[in-house]
Amino acid sequence: MEFRTPLARARGLGSAKVGTTHWWMQRVTSGALIPLTFWIIIFLDLSLNAPYQETLEWLTSPFNTVCLVAWIIAGFYHAALGLQVVIEDYIAAEGPKIIAVWTVNLGFLLLALIALIAVFRTLLIG
Amino acid sequence: MAEFTLPKNSVLTKGLTFKAPEGAKNIRRFEVYRWDPDTGENPRIDSYELDMDHCGPMVLDAILKIKNEVDSTLTFRRSCREGVCGSCAMNINGKNTLACTKAIDFHPGAIRIFPLPHLPVIKDLVPDMSNFFAQYASIKPWIETQTPPPADSERLQGKKDREKLDGLYDCILCACCSTSCPSYWWNSERYLGPAVLLQAYRWLVDSRDENTGERLDDLEDPFKLYRCHTIMNCTDTCPKDLNPAKAIAEIKKLLVQRKLG
Repeated sequence: MEFRTPLARARGLGSAKVGTTHWWMQRVTSGALIPLTFWIIIFLDLSLNAPYQETLEWLTSPFNTVCLVAWIIAGFYHAALGLQVVIEDYIAAEGPKIIAVWTVNLGFLLLALIALIAVFRTLLIG
Repeated sequence: MAEFTLPKNSVLTKGLTFKAPEGAKNIRRFEVYRWDPDTGENPRIDSYELDMDHCGPMVLDAILKIKNEVDSTLTFRRSCREGVCGSCAMNINGKNTLACTKAIDFHPGAIRIFPLPHLPVIKDLVPDMSNFFAQYASIKPWIETQTPPPADSERLQGKKDREKLDGLYDCILCACCSTSCPSYWWNSERYLGPAVLLQAYRWLVDSRDENTGERLDDLEDPFKLYRCHTIMNCTDTCPKDLNPAKAIAEIKKLLVQRKLG
C-alpha cells in the first residue's frame, strides 16, 4: 500500500534547476540552421554536379569553410538536443533513459568529430 | 511511459441500448462511456436515445435527463451548470470541454461522451484528479511576500498590473487543457501540464508577489516545465478561451531573460 500523499508524489525530487540552456540552445541552433541550410544546398549541388577539383576550390574559400564547419556543429548539436527530448518524452525507465540519452549525445559528438576531421583532411590533403 | 495501445482491461465493449420513448420525433443518440469498478468488467459504451423535444439545449442537460429519467446508475460530476466550476469537464465527440456550456446542436448526429483522457477512472465519467490538484498545490498558488501588508489598507495593485492577470485568473481548473496534452499523457507524474503552468504564471506576473525568483527556480526543470513542446492542444480545447500555451511561453521567456538578460 502506497501511503505517500499526492502532493509528496507531485513534488517528487523537486526541480532540477536546469533546462533553460537546453531549450534555448535548441532555438538558437535552429535559427542558425535556417541560413546555413540554404548554404548547404548550394554545397550539395556542387558536390553532386561539379567536378571534384572545382568543389574543393570553392570550399577552400574561408567563408565556405566556416559555413560548412558551422553547419556541422550546429546541425549535430541541434540533433542531439532534439533527440534527447524525444527520448525523455517516451522512455520513462531511468536506466534505459540515461543509457539512450548518452548513446545519442556521444554518438552525435563522434559523428561531428568525424565530419570535422573529414573536412580538414579534405582541405589540407585534397 | 508512453502507452500506444489500451491495456486488456481497458478495451471498450458494446453496452446496453436504451430506446427513445414511443412517439418521440426528435431523437438524438448519446453514446456514453461506462465503467463500474465493482463488477470487474471491461468498460462499455451504453447508447441512450433521447427525445430532444423534452430536453435542455446543453450536453449536460442530456446527461442529467439520462440520470433522472433513463438510467440512474450513470455517474458524473456537475455543479454550477454555467461554466464556472469546472466539474463537468469531459471528452465530448473527441474534444475536452464542459458539458454544461457545450450545446448539443454544436454536433450533428450521435454524441459520444468519455471521461477526460488519460486520467485514472473512478467510475463512468468521473476521473481521479488527485495528481492534477496536487500539482496545482505544488506551485504554491497563493501570494508570497516578505513585506508585511500595510497597516491600514490591503496590498495595492495598479490597473495596468491588474490587467496582466486577465486571462489567467479566469481559469477554473477543469483540466480540459492538461488532459488534452500528449506530453501530459506521457509524463503527468513529472510534467506540470498547461493548467498548472498557467496558474504558475498567474503568480509570476502578480505585481504584489515577492517570490518570483523562487517560483522560477521551482519551475526550471526539464520535466516540470520543458515537457511543453507547443503542441497547442491546450489552447485549442480550453472551454474558457484562455491561452495556456502563451502563459507557458511567457514563463520560458522569463527564464531566458533571467539567464541571458
